[in-house]
Amino acid sequence: MNELAYIPALPLLGFLVLALGGRRMSQKAVAITGAGSVCAAALLTMVLCGQFFGSGAVGAAAGHASPASVHYDLQLGQWFHAGALSISFGLRVDSLSLVFMFIITFVGALIHLYSTAFMRGDRDYARFFACMNLFVCAMLILVMADNLVLLYLGWEGVGLCSYLLIGFWYDSPANCLAANKAFIITRIGDTALLIGLFLLFKELATLDIAAILRQSPGHFRLGSPVITLIALLFLAGGMGKSAQLPLQTWLPDAMAGPSPVSALIHAATMVTAGVYLIARMHVLFQLSPLAMTVTAITGALTLLVAACSAMVQTDIKRILAYSTISQIGYMFLALGVGAYGAAIFHFFTHAFFKALLFLAAGAVIESLHHEHNIFRMGGLKDKLPVVYWTFLAGAASLAALPLVSAGFYSKEQILWYAWRAANGGTALWLAALAGAVITAFYSTRLLLVVFWGEAKTSVSSRPGRLITIPLIILAFLSLTAGFVEWPHNLLPVHLFSGFLQSVLPAPATRSGGETIGQLLAVMATLAGIGVGYQLYHRQPEIGIITRWQQRPLAAAIRNFLFGGWGFDRLYDTLFVRPLVSITRLNRADIFDQLYVAVVRAARTGHRLLSASQNGSLRWYAVGVLMGILFILTLLL
Amino acid sequence: MAVVNIDRVLFVAAVLFLLGLTGVLTRKNILFMLISIEIMLNAAGLAFVAAGSKWHQPDGQAMFLFILAMAAAEVSVGLALVMQIWHQHKTMDVEDLNKLKDE
Repeated sequence: MNELAYIPALPLLGFLVLALGGRRMSQKAVAITGAGSVCAAALLTMVLCGQFFGSGAVGAAAGHASPASVHYDLQLGQWFHAGALSISFGLRVDSLSLVFMFIITFVGALIHLYSTAFMRGDRDYARFFACMNLFVCAMLILVMADNLVLLYLGWEGVGLCSYLLIGFWYDSPANCLAANKAFIITRIGDTALLIGLFLLFKELATLDIAAILRQSPGHFRLGSPVITLIALLFLAGGMGKSAQLPLQTWLPDAMAGPSPVSALIHAATMVTAGVYLIARMHVLFQLSPLAMTVTAITGALTLLVAACSAMVQTDIKRILAYSTISQIGYMFLALGVGAYGAAIFHFFTHAFFKALLFLAAGAVIESLHHEHNIFRMGGLKDKLPVVYWTFLAGAASLAALPLVSAGFYSKEQILWYAWRAANGGTALWLAALAGAVITAFYSTRLLLVVFWGEAKTSVSSRPGRLITIPLIILAFLSLTAGFVEWPHNLLPVHLFSGFLQSVLPAPATRSGGETIGQLLAVMATLAGIGVGYQLYHRQPEIGIITRWQQRPLAAAIRNFLFGGWGFDRLYDTLFVRPLVSITRLNRADIFDQLYVAVVRAARTGHRLLSASQNGSLRWYAVGVLMGILFILTLLL
Repeated sequence: MAVVNIDRVLFVAAVLFLLGLTGVLTRKNILFMLISIEIMLNAAGLAFVAAGSKWHQPDGQAMFLFILAMAAAEVSVGLALVMQIWHQHKTMDVEDLNKLKDE
């Protein structure tokens, strides 16, 4: 399997070409290099998928045999060597990696194609594609690494690219601030992850993923403090990258970047790196019930908090950003109850529909002279029909419209596991259900306000074919990608979980209540859609919303949610302000005084001694005499 | 040959040395300072000779020959420097020759 190395190498090559020679290339050449490298990687990944299915994973999926875990290994050489630690550039692809690789390269290729049209005319066209290619390369390294150090390299690489691309339009200070914020907050998580790696190495003396997964059940006692600490540190790493409570505040601001960046990095791939990390290290988490519970609670809280904020936002991209946080909250919830397969399945469908929504939002924003406020949009249904229909597909999938959308299948699975899995419980399930109502509500609100009603801004341009084709492909997948995995009681089709079975165990569940659970989930979705429809389409003339806005309490709640539950202000008071005041105290550089004193002493000594060099010969002679007398006195 | 008391000779040497030193410290003319240094050198030489005769060793006289050679060299270099100073500065006053002080 030597072609394995080409999959990350191609985007890397694209990055090098664009970074070194992009300024001298024509826009067309840049587009072909930038999008071509990722498309080629996507094709290679599909070939790899084909081989993977051919090599017996399908037999396992059909449940014929207990699958020997199928994987490909490739060693590319030694990275570094220190004492007992030896780190290689080793790739290891199993079904979990393959799902991520497929999404990264396939969705990535579609987004690159879209960007060739979307970014046309930007003066930093080549820089954009260079960063995007580097991102794809880093993300592929993250999911293909066979040891945690290489994974960490990819982990930092995607963080760097995220920083570069959020601050892509660096002329505006707000964009640079957003980039800094994203980088610094994710850094907190990264540091935790790094400490986790050190601890793990101290315990097991290896950082090879397969070896860790093999050895840890024998080495650690179930629920021992050290494994709990390691798992919690890994979880903190995932929280930072995946924008989970309490490190979620960077993602809404990260929308300062171009829309394709939001689609690729801040919806489909990078923000799910935390999900990948936990799924990859699930053996460690399973050894620590406490860490599992914390993961589940984090996910449940995040999905509620973010969904509530998404309800009241007015910026189209911020709505989608909060919705991304909320959907990743669902994934963390699934991970926390042990339903790793369900989390990855939701990642799989979410990547399609959220990328689609961001790309469609980008097309809308472009068509309306960079208008972000949804209440100044409206009536785009007839003017941008392709965007409307694809957006509808994405919104349906986000709202988990029963049976016809991919989001339904993945979210229903998570809801069911949250309720009936051994680690799950009614509280988690109720939180997820409430989240589903709110999600359906804000999806409906978004769609109705943007596309229905009266037109408020004139359409300046229509999206070209390079923009609509990726939208249509993603819309098709947003509707159909869920058919690979059906609920147990409807159809016995479990392609996806069968595919992942060799890597991720299925959770233990309590039986019963499937149909009731499904009916409740469906009702939750429909209720959310119904409320949204009532409030934003049927009765704007009655003006329930206007009346609410006039009540001080409702307005206060709305502002609280709008500001993201005041987390920004809280962190500002708790961390930023104290730090700033300390720096202000130290403006005179208190710690430098020591060195200043050394300098001052040297200067004074110099002045005194140089005064003695007065050029008078007789003074020198007296000096010599005094010296001799001094020495004689000492000797006698 | 009458034996000279070593203390007296050393006393004369010390007086000579102090005379030279006083000359170096008080004279303003650089030529006289040079002469004063010669006197100090001769005082040292006298002390060596006296010590050598006291202990019946030839080392004192050998040392005097060294001092003599060194004094000759020193005078030749010193006089050359004095002439250069006279040519360049038209003065022999050391108080005026203080260009080498720290600014």
